Amino acid sequence: MVYNESESLPTQVKILIAGGFGVGKTTFVGAASEIEPLSTEELITSASVGIDDLGGVEGKTTTTVALDFGRITIDQHGIVLYLFGTPGQRRFWFLWNELSAGALGAVVLADTRRLEDCFEAVDFFENRGIPFLVAVNEFDDAYHYEPEEVRSALELPSHVPVVLCDARDRSSAISTLRALILHLLATAPSPSA
Amino acid sequence: MTTGDDEVRPEDDAVWLDEDAGSLVRPYTVTSGRTHPTVDLDLLTLVVTVRLSPALDPEYARALELCRTPTSVAEVAGQLRLPTAVTKVLLSDLVERGVMAVQAARTAADPTDRALLEKLLDGLQRV
Repeated sequence: MVYNESESLPTQVKILIAGGFGVGKTTFVGAASEIEPLSTEELITSASVGIDDLGGVEGKTTTTVALDFGRITIDQHGIVLYLFGTPGQRRFWFLWNELSAGALGAVVLADTRRLEDCFEAVDFFENRGIPFLVAVNEFDDAYHYEPEEVRSALELPSHVPVVLCDARDRSSAISTLRALILHLLATAPSPSA
Repeated sequence: MTTGDDEVRPEDDAVWLDEDAGSLVRPYTVTSGRTHPTVDLDLLTLVVTVRLSPALDPEYARALELCRTPTSVAEVAGQLRLPTAVTKVLLSDLVERGVMAVQAARTAADPTDRALLEKLLDGLQRV
């Protein structure tokens, strides 16, 4: 290498926040992020056909899908954690393909009033072997379900954690990210094994 | 017949679009209709301004302002309020002009890397 900078380079880590529309992805990213959450739009065009399944987006149409972006810098370890949030529906999977490349893991946000909205995100991560957990965003007017009830409704395998969170609350959002890391640690082969 | 104004001919519009652009005239006008970046960039690629260049279109000038310190492509897109696909074309133009550079970065994506996970856990405990 011409530049021998690798010692000082920050390590980038990517975690994805998925779920249905209105489930609180933007709120979650905003609560956890140290910067003002940024939101941009991804273009969905017929040019994407052939890259991945765009069922439901027909013809020469142009639609956009929100992409939320946040960042947490962990200075003492030289790590920058990036959060990306976008809807998990199948018709956006072409976008998820880029997002999930190099992702450490994912949080699937669920709303108990519309649990089925997170099915496709769960499928996406399961099919690609990306570790994830399900975080139930507790809306004030939603009936309270126990995590095990949510697990059984979503037919989640027993190794996928289900946690409760309040996406508006920074410490709750951070706890959810910690739960994901703990899940990864629990499933990673132990050094003595 | 209409006037003899042949300064703007219908076929001039054609050069604004490449074959994949479809109906995307508006989002890609900042990149003159080009939809493919010439430099390989992903959302976490860090770009940094080499020198400010005043004689550029506003979006290009803003990108240079934003990237005085190394900044990810995703963050530039968010700040410019442009789709990331458009942002990539814009940034790759700047790299080609030599006024912006791609900075190497490491992406850690191994979910079984215990040392990394321990650091993340420790870091998230302190934020």
